Amino acid sequence: MSALKNPYVQVGLWTVGIGAVLSVIVLSVPWLPEDASTAGTPIDTLYNVLAVISCFVFALVVSILMVSVVHFRRRHNDLSDGEPIHGNTTLEAIWTAIPAVLMVGAAVYSGLVLADIEETKANTQEVTVTGQQFAWTFKYQSQNFKAGELHLVNGTPYHFELRAKDVIHSFWVPEFRMKKDAVPGLKTDIRVTPTRNGRYTLACTELCGLGHSTMRAPVVVENQAAFDKWAAQAKKNQNLVGGTS
Amino acid sequence: MPPMTTVAAAPHHTPTKPKRSRARRLLLGPGFVRAGWMTVLGAAFAFGLVVGLRALQGFPVFKGSPIVTVILIAAPLFFLVGIGGFDYWAKYIVGSPTEPEDHSSHGAHGWKDYFRVNTDHKVIGVQYTVTALFFLLVGGALAEVMRAELAQPGQQIVDPNTYNGLFSVHASLMIFLVIIPIFAGLANYVLPLMIGAPDMAFPRLNALSYWLLPVAGIMMMASFLVPTSGAFNTGWTAYAPLSTHAPLGQQFFTLGVQFAGTSSIMTALNFLVTIITMRAPGMTFWRMPLLVWANFTTSLLVVIATPFIAGSQFLVLLDRSLHADFFQANAGGDVISYQHIFWFYSHPAVYIMMLPGFGIISEIISTKSRKPIFGYRLMALSLLAILVLGFTVWAHHMFVSGMFTWLRVPMMITTMLIAVPTGIKIFSWLATLWKGVLDLTTPMLFALGFITMFTLGGISGIMLAAIPVDIHFSDTYFVVAHIHYVLFGGSMFTIFAGIYYWYPKMTGRMYDETLGKIHFWATFIGFNITFAPMHWVGLEGMPRRVADYADKFATWNLIESAGAFFLGAATLVFIYNFVVSWAAGPRAPSNPWRARTLEWQVSSPPPIFNFDEIPQVVGGPYEYGTPGAVHAVMNGDRAKVAVGAAAPGGGEAAAAGGNGNGHGNGNGHPPAGG
Repeated sequence: MSALKNPYVQVGLWTVGIGAVLSVIVLSVPWLPEDASTAGTPIDTLYNVLAVISCFVFALVVSILMVSVVHFRRRHNDLSDGEPIHGNTTLEAIWTAIPAVLMVGAAVYSGLVLADIEETKANTQEVTVTGQQFAWTFKYQSQNFKAGELHLVNGTPYHFELRAKDVIHSFWVPEFRMKKDAVPGLKTDIRVTPTRNGRYTLACTELCGLGHSTMRAPVVVENQAAFDKWAAQAKKNQNLVGGTS
Repeated sequence: MPPMTTVAAAPHHTPTKPKRSRARRLLLGPGFVRAGWMTVLGAAFAFGLVVGLRALQGFPVFKGSPIVTVILIAAPLFFLVGIGGFDYWAKYIVGSPTEPEDHSSHGAHGWKDYFRVNTDHKVIGVQYTVTALFFLLVGGALAEVMRAELAQPGQQIVDPNTYNGLFSVHASLMIFLVIIPIFAGLANYVLPLMIGAPDMAFPRLNALSYWLLPVAGIMMMASFLVPTSGAFNTGWTAYAPLSTHAPLGQQFFTLGVQFAGTSSIMTALNFLVTIITMRAPGMTFWRMPLLVWANFTTSLLVVIATPFIAGSQFLVLLDRSLHADFFQANAGGDVISYQHIFWFYSHPAVYIMMLPGFGIISEIISTKSRKPIFGYRLMALSLLAILVLGFTVWAHHMFVSGMFTWLRVPMMITTMLIAVPTGIKIFSWLATLWKGVLDLTTPMLFALGFITMFTLGGISGIMLAAIPVDIHFSDTYFVVAHIHYVLFGGSMFTIFAGIYYWYPKMTGRMYDETLGKIHFWATFIGFNITFAPMHWVGLEGMPRRVADYADKFATWNLIESAGAFFLGAATLVFIYNFVVSWAAGPRAPSNPWRARTLEWQVSSPPPIFNFDEIPQVVGGPYEYGTPGAVHAVMNGDRAKVAVGAAAPGGGEAAAAGGNGNGHGNGNGHPPAGG
């Protein structure tokens, strides 16, 4: 029992306890939207790893702080000073070295994930995405037609070339986890391989003026047959659909 | 040319001078009357200049935008001349008799002295602080309107143009008119005292630096009045080419930043020279309080980085006004280069807005734990590490910008490495708490609140540094949450802590402790209700800077808005406490916290020239718990120190009891005794 009253033991217990509870919350609640591209899993895993480490770091800081407040609080009329501890080289070396190692590890891991999600794949479909205040246009290069909606075939790797006509816009479908700015005068690009059928929304995420918050476009991930049907219709309605909305 | 008939050369020094009539003095002497008519004169001059030149060129004569632009440059300069910012220099330049030791504009003898050009660092410190608090209320009110609009999806209160103006002006005021200058204000007040100096190195430059601030703030606020255009609405980041094509309101940001930036740079130079050349005898760098170290580092950041934002906005100005086309892709300009220049300032700016807070927290944690700072030297060195690393990370704001890709990974590594010196600081503060005697009064509560909230802000910062995660998080509400955990939970908490901590010193009055605690807990709770859910909505897919959002984010947004109103109410408690305690609070003793640093060894508020005799520094600033250790030897105590040092403990009680007389200089015991 007396060991439990030891402030060092308390810090250890609270750190593990708070860290564990927070980790369970982080991992069990679906904070992120469902993932619908091949980039989803590696990014979500990286996020979860960072989040769990963070939970324990935060738990450690809060535990030391709370235990200090409880144990070392000044009693009424106590005018004494604390122990004149000026430092501890070993301890300072530890809390310099451990975060440094953790950070380098996180950076290496992030670098590997980055290489993974930006990998060039075979049989990639080319789509040119053009942003202008306040609408998106999608040009399917191989089939040579334009549309105001983005339809994608499930499982096909896409390479989007992003262009902006006026100011900077940004291409983001939260379910794909991928984002890149469309910049006037520059050809930027982004690779996405959708993996889940469904209707999503492409939202502009770079402030682009008055209509910024409404600059969205529907995104549909579907099977080849459904896509072909839509593409045929879209080609027919080219003038009606493309370049407007 | 400014009038030279001013009587500021102190009539009471030279009573033989022919007396000028009161009206003439009012009209031509430095002050608001002269500033008023000179501002009008400046505006008229600008108007005439533009109209005249346009007429000569055969352009249509009356065009709003160039006229307003030149007025925004000329009128503030005329105002500064009018208020008296250049009087002494002007006399010196034209060869009029000047009096180098003229202290007539030094010190405050009544409230009116705070409304004129004053060269006393303590008056300027108060001017800065109160001005920044005014803009805090304005910026906060703008945020409340935003939260009211965002309480529900759809458009209820303001249109998208106004909304974009609200968040742009909110951020610009909070950054350039609140956080940066309030740190400069607090440091202005306490830093010369802490190093045992009678004032800052350049008191007149100091005064001019202050008066640039209201100019910048009023200019930014005035942008709401621009007909048809409204306030600048491209965010505080003002990315080109959105900003170069934006209507006239944008000019108020482009030029307002120049005045705020100039103020910042001049103050930083002043701090650097003051710290390097005006330390009291014995005050070596390794004996400086960490607040001084923090401001030394911050000032280096400011003088190196701030010219870059000035430059970026000048380029925008040239693009807007003269079609220079730096950022126009169709004319061969380069859009991304704006972001590189902008963030080369604006990332270090994050540290400009944080390092002085680190200094404040070190002072408070040490004093209120009655313990020396754990690892003092590493604390100072970690500031320098942040200074250096701070310049190597700017492009982490641009991971999805489409810039050349190779820079991303190196910048991710440097960004993550900044967590190391920052972690050192957090753990050193925690180790300082450990085995201390914690006095949980309001400054300490804010300091402890800061440690927890800033840790969260740091953690979300690491996530944003990881490129793949940032690709998803960038430009979402997660970033809004992160920046508020860093700048509100971080910087603002340190500012509140610092204001409460030095309130007795600055005003000579004690604040109300109960109201202070209510303010802390209400702020802490309101802050988390407001900003914590922003993490989740960001992860879920809500972009930032939107006046409207998808219905699925409605619940969290309503909770955030409720939190924001609660937070606003908490701030009113602070303002009430601040104002009422200043007017009617109990008189403050010279050293209510029994602190060791020099500013507490003089009366509250300190005498006009701080020290009757320059103190002799003989030890570190945080020697709590070491019997007989003394930071500095004050007036007349030199002989007594040898005796007093032998009697530990007694000095402490004497310091607490003996300081009630309101002037710590002549207390007759070692001021840092114990």
